[in-house]
Amino acid sequence: MRRSIMIAAAAGLTLALAACQSGGGTDTETTTDGESTGEETSEPAASGTLTIWADELRAEPLTEVAAQFESETGVTVEIVQKNFDDIRPEFLAQAPTGEGPDVIVGAHDWTGELVTAGVVAPVDLGVRSEEFVDVAVNAFNYEGSNYGVPYGIENIALVRNDGLTDVAPATWDEMIAAGEAAGVQYPVLLQQGDGGDAYHMYPFQTSFGAPVFATDESGAYVPELALGGEAGTAFAEWLAANGAAGTGALQTAVTADIAKEAFANGESAFIVTGPWNISAFTDAGLEVSVLPIPAAGSETATPFVGVQGFFVNATSENQLLANSFLLDYVATDEVQTALYTSGGRIPALTSASDAVSADDPIVAGFAAAGEVGVPMPTLPQMGAVWEFWGTTQADIIAGDASDPAAAWQTMVENIQGAIG
Amino acid sequence: MSTVATKDETPARGSTSHARELNGWWFAKLAVMAVINAGLLYAVYSSFMVEEWWILAVTVVLLVVVNWVYFSKRMVPAKYLLPGVIFLLVYQVFTMGYTAYIAFTNYGSENTISRDQAIEQILRTGDVRVEGAVDLPLKVVRNEAGELGFAVVVDDTVEAGTADEPLDTVDGATIDDRGAPQEVPGWQILSLAEVLEVQGEVTALRVPFSDDPEDGWVRTQTGAVGFQSSPRFSYDEAADTFTDVTTDAVYTPNDRGFFESQDGTRLTPGWPVTIGFENFQRMLTDSRISSALLQAGAWTFAFAFLSVATTFFLGLFLAMTFNHPAVRGRKLIRSLLILPYAFPGFLAALVWKGMLNNPYGFINSTILGGADIPWLTEEWLARFSIIAVNLWLGFPYMFLIATGALQAIPGDVYEAAKIDGAKPFRVFRSITLPLLMISVAPLLIASFSFNFNNFNLIYFVTEGGPNIPGHPLALGETDILISVVYKVAVVAGTKQYGLAAAMSILIFVIVGLVSWLGFRQTRKLEEVL
Repeated sequence: MRRSIMIAAAAGLTLALAACQSGGGTDTETTTDGESTGEETSEPAASGTLTIWADELRAEPLTEVAAQFESETGVTVEIVQKNFDDIRPEFLAQAPTGEGPDVIVGAHDWTGELVTAGVVAPVDLGVRSEEFVDVAVNAFNYEGSNYGVPYGIENIALVRNDGLTDVAPATWDEMIAAGEAAGVQYPVLLQQGDGGDAYHMYPFQTSFGAPVFATDESGAYVPELALGGEAGTAFAEWLAANGAAGTGALQTAVTADIAKEAFANGESAFIVTGPWNISAFTDAGLEVSVLPIPAAGSETATPFVGVQGFFVNATSENQLLANSFLLDYVATDEVQTALYTSGGRIPALTSASDAVSADDPIVAGFAAAGEVGVPMPTLPQMGAVWEFWGTTQADIIAGDASDPAAAWQTMVENIQGAIG
Repeated sequence: MSTVATKDETPARGSTSHARELNGWWFAKLAVMAVINAGLLYAVYSSFMVEEWWILAVTVVLLVVVNWVYFSKRMVPAKYLLPGVIFLLVYQVFTMGYTAYIAFTNYGSENTISRDQAIEQILRTGDVRVEGAVDLPLKVVRNEAGELGFAVVVDDTVEAGTADEPLDTVDGATIDDRGAPQEVPGWQILSLAEVLEVQGEVTALRVPFSDDPEDGWVRTQTGAVGFQSSPRFSYDEAADTFTDVTTDAVYTPNDRGFFESQDGTRLTPGWPVTIGFENFQRMLTDSRISSALLQAGAWTFAFAFLSVATTFFLGLFLAMTFNHPAVRGRKLIRSLLILPYAFPGFLAALVWKGMLNNPYGFINSTILGGADIPWLTEEWLARFSIIAVNLWLGFPYMFLIATGALQAIPGDVYEAAKIDGAKPFRVFRSITLPLLMISVAPLLIASFSFNFNNFNLIYFVTEGGPNIPGHPLALGETDILISVVYKVAVVAGTKQYGLAAAMSILIFVIVGLVSWLGFRQTRKLEEVL
């Protein structure tokens, strides 16, 4: 009887092992494949798999350069397509376990959080940093080290429907006047939603002289809130004056989708938006121009500039591969131009950027609007700001906060409480 | 072979056991066991490779127990119980235990990676290029002893060294047309494939630039270009301290999982450490959190209770109506009523969110002809809308169980009531409802617990909104406890998984308590029989 158990168990185990060899083999093959061939043959076939997480607009241009990298080095590049917004939380969760991807596509304002969590490795651009646009290189700098290989720059600007008006407004009031003169439903479209949209509102806020964080002499942000005070109060009152209880130019009901659709339908002469929406407008048959954002206060309206780039996983065992892929293959004119073609962001390499803006007035328009822009803060404290910031703006616009100055002051205190 | 043995050995009892009889079932079982063993062996192998000793131990135990139980002919009850027990351990006990453990740590934004990883990361981020240092064309080499080293071109001369030998000029070395070392006598140049095999060692290799430690060292990121860098921190393994080489400040580990200097400067990243009951204390002492929990808690109870009550009574009403023999087309109507149950819940919630939008939603713009009703943006209307959407989503389930339970009530009790001259309402109150409750009450309690944590509905319909103006945690009027946890500990800037786990435990205790009380009451209901 005992023997029968042992024999049956042995039979089961044998089958299991057989299954392991045939079934499990494919799994291990990809990782050990190169090693074994490297030892057996004299051909320099390299080992390993480089895993990259990219969003849908980045995945395809990367596939081409990945194929080139594969053929030149023999390394397999696996590009995993992910929703852009899922990349950061999933990377933060997986990288500490050592299971995450080797490289991710991301935005520069993630830098602070990723660095303080200890999941990204510094990337030394060295002398190559001179080949990039200044704002792109500075954006990925955190406490003196660079953490990303930038590929694209984006900022919002004022987009005008040329069929409705030819005014290039310098102030908010001029814009509203021109928008109303066009005789369509909205004088301007500025996307908000119930949670607000502090990103699209930022140029107007800065035109009152109320940046989100203070900056030190070198222009780097310090974790010290600067959006309160008299300037902040003036901005809050301006919001209320243009909100539901005032002129109604700002509406929380106008979400990103509604704004985009209404502009494409010719319901407004102006929209404050980024390059990602331009194709929707030109597809709808509109002639558009891209202009700098008009000021609502007395200072220059400075939008946030966002820089997109690649981060390297600090726990990756393929850092050498990852760096050489990024520095030798991705940071090239061809790849940066290909990424621009699919995603619409201005290339971060100066030469590629000059080439694309020379023959595209839209790109040149966004680049000109971004010249006065400031990089979005990379401070980890920034994460605590967005929620309060947007909802307070929405509350003021919708008229839920009856005293805008007090609401703004409460917001500043709450943010201060959240960042400690 | 095995089968012959089993047949011979057990003529008396063996005929009933699949383990011992050579037929299709036996092979089917063998195949299933082979697959299970394959999975477990692979898990053993993988956990061994990544040095996860706990998982390794658990899988080895599972492997032995599973084979023992299913190839033994004695443990018949265990054969049935084992799958359930394993799933209970993996999905319930482990999850709860791990959540409880996290609740006592400061696991979060700056404390996610392990201590060793943190030390490595601090060393790595402090190791920056010497100002003005140029790129050095580089080859990865090995010396005669097989030690890894770098050969670099510095000012048109080839220099080579290892971790122990500083860079020194190599006589007779040549430079290729790209400016990189081509021949380095006394050193063997590694091919790309060879470099990649040891890439971890290559990126970790630091070759002293000269005999003077002040000059720093040469390192490489790509294996083709090197540069001179110098470390900002040095780590003393014996004392477990970091020293800033420029200021001589000493950083020692503190009880929050950070290296900290005397003046309170912390090095990031840190690592998770246990912090006792602090997360639980914060829920009580941090007035922002405690008041939010109270406010959201009251609404959560109201929401869960009203959701169960409205869905149950609508479902019951419809069930009684369409249980009546006089209603024509009962089957068709019943099928139609179940339709909302067949839609994926989150999709329906999103559709409702769109329909309730003001002013663009279908309800305001089309049905009400352009009315201005803030369904989701006014406090009480938003609460009403949430419960109404949940009613739409939930009543078919109650309709189904009520229909089933009604049909199980014997007809003779109704007959007896009729003879006694009871009016319909009296029949409902004294007969239908009590008899129904016996079978339905446990389901109502389960429904309450489910709705208590109905995160999907809240998040898809209102995202917790409308905002409470000026709320210190940026919460909304319709946030329930679980969405408060998500907003406070996950969405809002710094991630505080430890706090989130502690708050989840609080919710678990509340739901557990309510369910326990509920089930105790149900037992009393059975006394009517």
